[in-house]
Amino acid sequence: MINPKPAAYVPGPLIEPGHTFGSITDKIGGVVLTGRTPLSWFIVVSVGFMLMGGLGLAVTWLLIKGTGIWGVNIPIGWGFAIINFVWWIGIGHAGTLISAILLLLKQGWRTSINRFAEGMTIFAVMCAGLFPLIHTGRPWLAAYWLFPYPNSMSIWPQFRSPLIWDVFAVSTYFTVSLLFWYVGLIPDLATLRDKAKLKPIKIAYGMLALGWRGSGRHWQRYEHIYLLLAGLSTPLVLSVHTVVSFDFAIGIIPGWHATIFPPYFVAGAIYAGFAMVLTLAIPLRKIYGLEDFITLRHLENMAKVTLVTGLIVAYGYISEAFFGWYSANKYEGFMIWNRMTGPYWYMYWTLVMCNIVTPQLLWIRAVRTSTVGLFMVAMVVNVGMWLERFVIVVTSLHRDFLPSSWGMYYPTIWDWMTFLGTIGMFLTLFFLFVRFLPMISIFEMRTMAPDAKLSESEGH
Amino acid sequence: MDAVQTLPPATYGLLAEFDSPTALVAAARRTHEAGYRRIDTFSPYPIEEAWEAIGHHDRRLSLIVLAGGLTGLLTGLGLQEWVHQIAYPINIAGKPLNSWPQFIPVIFELTILFAALAAVLGMIVLNGLPQPYHPVFNVPRFEHASRDKFFLLVESTDPQFDRAKTLDFLKGLDASEVNEVEP
Repeated sequence: MINPKPAAYVPGPLIEPGHTFGSITDKIGGVVLTGRTPLSWFIVVSVGFMLMGGLGLAVTWLLIKGTGIWGVNIPIGWGFAIINFVWWIGIGHAGTLISAILLLLKQGWRTSINRFAEGMTIFAVMCAGLFPLIHTGRPWLAAYWLFPYPNSMSIWPQFRSPLIWDVFAVSTYFTVSLLFWYVGLIPDLATLRDKAKLKPIKIAYGMLALGWRGSGRHWQRYEHIYLLLAGLSTPLVLSVHTVVSFDFAIGIIPGWHATIFPPYFVAGAIYAGFAMVLTLAIPLRKIYGLEDFITLRHLENMAKVTLVTGLIVAYGYISEAFFGWYSANKYEGFMIWNRMTGPYWYMYWTLVMCNIVTPQLLWIRAVRTSTVGLFMVAMVVNVGMWLERFVIVVTSLHRDFLPSSWGMYYPTIWDWMTFLGTIGMFLTLFFLFVRFLPMISIFEMRTMAPDAKLSESEGH
Repeated sequence: MDAVQTLPPATYGLLAEFDSPTALVAAARRTHEAGYRRIDTFSPYPIEEAWEAIGHHDRRLSLIVLAGGLTGLLTGLGLQEWVHQIAYPINIAGKPLNSWPQFIPVIFELTILFAALAAVLGMIVLNGLPQPYHPVFNVPRFEHASRDKFFLLVESTDPQFDRAKTLDFLKGLDASEVNEVEP
């Protein structure tokens, strides 16, 4: 019997043919410099702004009354604040992975998605940072626990605590991400300055562009530090979620005290982050007609990364269950059994459905190349990764060593308003960014144009 | 006092425009070979061959970033040792005051933070930015430098610069246009 050889798989293009330097500039710059804003933009921003209003209300009430308005209690002293913190900070990680690690690995496809993924990182870290700040109840009194500065009480932070490591990791991560993003924006801001017609707009972008003029001498130093920043961000991003996992792993609570936590958290972060990049990229390319730049090949590649990191996360879940049994420690064993069959069993099994079962659909190319299918899988993963943090935080705490101290955790309306409020804040900030700054790196896209290649005689 | 007054140069230099990166790199190489040194290229995206052609390679940033990283490292180590051994010694779970393995995360983060700040500030300072005004912006065609055209500048301060001769030289380089840059 003749077995026909399957046709060789040809990946789609990274940029649709026919684009020149000018058309790339006009297409991406045009989104910012147009007088017309799509209706869907107003819809998203109004929903986001409304939710953000709820956040303002919830935080105000929190500052008046204190953290008693939340659902936290003893034994569940860590509730939504830490769950949401870890969820948001994890989402940020994909942005740095795309902008730094894929740059060092010379993955050309990162070019179309790095700018808005970096934006996503910055806004996600802002949302994340809000929780540790407000969970202190009186943030203005908390400064001396967090930052080492000479104060009138002559006391200093405790550097042996993972919570202080977290303060340093997250604030460094935010600063370096912002620098990386801004450096990437400088040449594009110069493009917008030169392209804008109105004087005030020219001046605004001109100030931000620092007078960039595309000089060869400048480009050399620019490329030099861009690579160095990528090299610095790579260990940084891995350290951030490692340190976040230390918040748990350094503790002695069964379900937290596990050596697998750092790699498992980092993989989960990248997994959640890629799901969020897909959640944002699929509607954006549709609304702004950017299918030429964010092609199906990009979506497919991101789907593959999501699948791989999802499998690492699945390995983490299996390890946790295995350690619970193999440790022969009755508290460890009880913890995992309680997680699967205790009062929060539905959370655990929904999490398994969301994070392990559903993403297996990504093995099928038809799903990876269908925007609707991919969007739905990504949304499921977003939910699943939030559930993962809920399960880790709540089910580990609610039934500890002594049955007399067991309890249950129920979030209050204020918890929900704060959480949904940060989603609103994220949407508002992200769509403001899309409106005022180029969401795809224009100068890097120019290097993808066919004209950008030097002809044989001059190239090396 | 010297009787001869030095007049400001009437022109900042000559700016040749090219349509393709290949033409720019070829022109930059020939200009450099002809002995011009105060020259620069302008392009809408980084072209490694272009800065190589004008003989530019600044390696100082590597050292600046290294110095930044080392400063961060020493700051992190010094801060924590000082806080826990001198300023505020406190016994936590019987750990020694110099429990340095627990200081590693903060040392690491500060190393990265200082190195990244040194990289960005170093790039901005060495590039002479922010500089909102530069004579090349006086050439109306120059707004294409951030879009789709490539430029080569020969500054009038170059010892070999001669307005007529340099103009002829640049025109012979396949430039689509050569403009004079007002100071």
